[in-house]
Amino acid sequence: MITIPYLTAVSTYFSYGLLFAFGQLRDFFRRFIDWWLTTNLHGYAPICLGHEDFYIRRLYHRIQDCFERPISSAPDAWFDVVERYSNDNNKTFKRTTKTSRCLNLGSYNYLGFGSFDEYCTPRVIESLKKFSASTCSSRVDAGTTFVHAELEECVTRFVGKPAAVVFGMGYATNSAIIPVLIGKGGLIISDSLNHSSIVNGARGSGATIRVFQHNTPSHLERVLREQIADGQPRTHRPWKKIIVVVEGIYSMEGEICHLPEVVAICKKYKAYVYLDEAHSIGAIGKTGKGICELLGVDTADVDVMMGTFTKSFGSCGGYIAGSKELVQYLKHQCPAHLYATSIPTPSAQQIISAIKVILGEDGSNRGAQKLARIRENSNFFRAELQKMGFEVLGDNDSPVMPIMLYNPAKIPAFSRECLRQKVAVVVVGFPATPLLLARARICISASHSREDLIRALKVISKVGDLSGIKYFPAEPKKIEQTKNDIKLD
Amino acid sequence: MASNLVEMFNACLLWVTMILEDPSARVVLFGFPIRGHYFLEALLGVVIVILLSQKSFKPPKRPLTEQEIDELCEEWVPEPLIPPITEDMRHEPPVLESAAGPHTTVNGKDVVNFASANFLGLIGHEKLLESCTSALEKYGVGSCGPRGFYGTIDVHLDCEARISKFLGTPDSILYSYGLSTMFSTIPCFCKKGDIIVADEGVHWGIQNGLQLSRSTIVYFKHNDMESLRSTLEKIMTKYKRSKNLRRYIVAEGVYQNSGQIAPLDEIVKLKEKYRFRVILDESNSFGVLGCSGRGLAEHHGVPIEKIDVVTAAMGHALATEGGFCTGNARIIDYQRLSSSGYVFSASLPPYLASAAITAIDVIDQNPDMLVKLKQNIALLWKGLSDIKGMSLTSNPESPIVFLKLEKSSGSAKEDLLLLEKMADLALKEDSVLVVSSKRSFLDKCRLPVGIKLYVSAGHSESDLLIASESLKRLASELLKS
Repeated sequence: MITIPYLTAVSTYFSYGLLFAFGQLRDFFRRFIDWWLTTNLHGYAPICLGHEDFYIRRLYHRIQDCFERPISSAPDAWFDVVERYSNDNNKTFKRTTKTSRCLNLGSYNYLGFGSFDEYCTPRVIESLKKFSASTCSSRVDAGTTFVHAELEECVTRFVGKPAAVVFGMGYATNSAIIPVLIGKGGLIISDSLNHSSIVNGARGSGATIRVFQHNTPSHLERVLREQIADGQPRTHRPWKKIIVVVEGIYSMEGEICHLPEVVAICKKYKAYVYLDEAHSIGAIGKTGKGICELLGVDTADVDVMMGTFTKSFGSCGGYIAGSKELVQYLKHQCPAHLYATSIPTPSAQQIISAIKVILGEDGSNRGAQKLARIRENSNFFRAELQKMGFEVLGDNDSPVMPIMLYNPAKIPAFSRECLRQKVAVVVVGFPATPLLLARARICISASHSREDLIRALKVISKVGDLSGIKYFPAEPKKIEQTKNDIKLD
Repeated sequence: MASNLVEMFNACLLWVTMILEDPSARVVLFGFPIRGHYFLEALLGVVIVILLSQKSFKPPKRPLTEQEIDELCEEWVPEPLIPPITEDMRHEPPVLESAAGPHTTVNGKDVVNFASANFLGLIGHEKLLESCTSALEKYGVGSCGPRGFYGTIDVHLDCEARISKFLGTPDSILYSYGLSTMFSTIPCFCKKGDIIVADEGVHWGIQNGLQLSRSTIVYFKHNDMESLRSTLEKIMTKYKRSKNLRRYIVAEGVYQNSGQIAPLDEIVKLKEKYRFRVILDESNSFGVLGCSGRGLAEHHGVPIEKIDVVTAAMGHALATEGGFCTGNARIIDYQRLSSSGYVFSASLPPYLASAAITAIDVIDQNPDMLVKLKQNIALLWKGLSDIKGMSLTSNPESPIVFLKLEKSSGSAKEDLLLLEKMADLALKEDSVLVVSSKRSFLDKCRLPVGIKLYVSAGHSESDLLIASESLKRLASELLKS
């Protein structure tokens, strides 16, 4: 859990208060000016009421240049960030033709498949020439090619479940699958920091939703006991079924889920487990098979395993893996399978090739090298940052590391100064994180070399000193101590 | 001592006598004289005070003990995660072995393909393949991030600009999946308490968006303008005073579930009269209707500014994947931060965005593809006009040709099985791939089910002839009664 230092909390609240006050003042004057100008929207209610987009207009627009930065090359370890300028105070941006080559610490490119790959890309281009960019049809009509069948078989081998079904988008997978599995009269217990796609899917299903404290299995047990004993709200009938939804790696915290405890509790109370491995598949575990391999959980104990191919496989799409009956039922009823266009064939081929590389079936050991490198890189980077005195979240082995910033002024300061020194980082504030807990999030990739990381550490340390985010005391360097000893002698 | 007591006793007695015998203490109540009513009232007062001070009887709260909770948890038996699998759930779709163009290969046989929404025949077009190949070599396959975090590649911005230029709107926004476009756009603008009037035949993506928006939803009869008008009338009289209430009409250009075309000119007239905003889904009409492919607005001669929000999936005429939304700058800007399918999801793979740009360029330069498509639709209509047991219910100009069963068996499930059998036989015996309607139990649409054919500009006359002959033969065989 993050405990914010008292002084920092006070100064953060003060900063937000000041921004809020200035925003209200400007809104007040804007209302006067708008009164004079006429609009042609008589009789129509305004499409966004004043207070709904207050945050966007008055706070987010000030730092809008830190987000949506366009790039003009592949999202590899080094990429070209397009320079933009704004003539109207950050409301709109115009692109220039100049680019700057920066170190990429923001893209989800865990195993380095995000750019041209010597094994994958030629096969993708071949499949593109054979099947064209899209099938223009849903899976049940004419959208299933033998590449899709091969892909599902590859995914089952990789994940370790009897059957799998693949969809064209990870977000749509969650939104369309959860309503099929559970409906009114069921209960969904989800972690408090679950992703927006899970929240949307749960809301769309019509089931009752309860939340348990982030990554706390004891609280999950309490909630389960209470809910089973209580039954449905108001009628107290017993629940039809209970599904517990957890994620492998939480993308804003970098923490790994306590899966063995969660699975044990769910077995005891007969609840079903739904695991979302969007960030953890391919990135953790000895052979990249995700959190079940890392923590030694039997995949047969997890009822539904979901994941996406965007992060570690450099493609697009999502999958659901489970028992044969589950997958057959989903193929018959899931709206994303019946109505939506199937995953484009070149993307499917990219996933198949990436899986083959990771498992070593392409005849080389590049896969094992990539997995070892990402583990080394993550642990090295995290240890160094902690030594420098930054507040870094996340567990060991996780390639996602958030650095706490807290104060809203430090968000653009950190981002802009790093960009000036040719390091591209991602900063996140409200509403993706709680109001006080703004952070910069670093994603390590297997394509980062040791020199890249050392360079990044130097830049981050300098910028961290400038913006004052080293909240913990730095460990004293050992070399200086020996020098002092020599001097005394 | 005794004398004191006696004195006190006498004083009390005197007092009581005074209360009872005093002339002012006499009262006649219901015909009975009462002496000393002060005494009585004091007694009553004391009784009232005692009664009020009693606590009302509440059954004692006894929370469940740990043991009882344990017992309940042991007893509880959940339903299985999925219902038992029946035979009809095991149906396997055809597996293609080549590109899904007008002709494709299934099981080694060459098949005429009417199941891909490849309306302009752009699958396999060399210009598209060229631009995709160069994009793949430059950018790799995926974009590895959401739009806000270095997932915005310059081809995305170019694609948005090209779409805006093509349609003549101020701004556009790209989504990474066709289905997610509608269910992300609608909850962005429609919040709890707003009113949405939607056609009852809209597809599942729109239904999901309507459900997630938590607004009040009123359905009107499928493509029936009279029903729309009366619904709008009713709503306006009911919610007359609310100024801050937003009102929307949601319709599709060409309906996925029935092939009808929405009469946009009448909708715009009604919208202006009753002050509603229009959200239009042009997935199946973009690139198809209108003399230059600019969609429903051009087809009906309505200026595009009158439609507030236009969305479309690019997986149909443009032969690529993804979706977009266009409108005025304020609407598009608002979606960039509040639309969940845009903010929380990875961006469109760059090779698909560059395919979209090339596809729009091809449509702009070759308007004769649209003419060929219209001719093909007319030919197919002619061929299927005398089919027995089924009737054509789609619009004669729509690229989705929809045949519904004239006599339904009463149960939707039976109909679906019959149509599935018909489609399977068409594939096996005549090598024609058509689509039989599929309904998920989550789909609220109650329109009749049938056989759908997606006509493409790449189909030749012989293809259309084979298809119509095959369907006529199968219909007369299977639908004898």
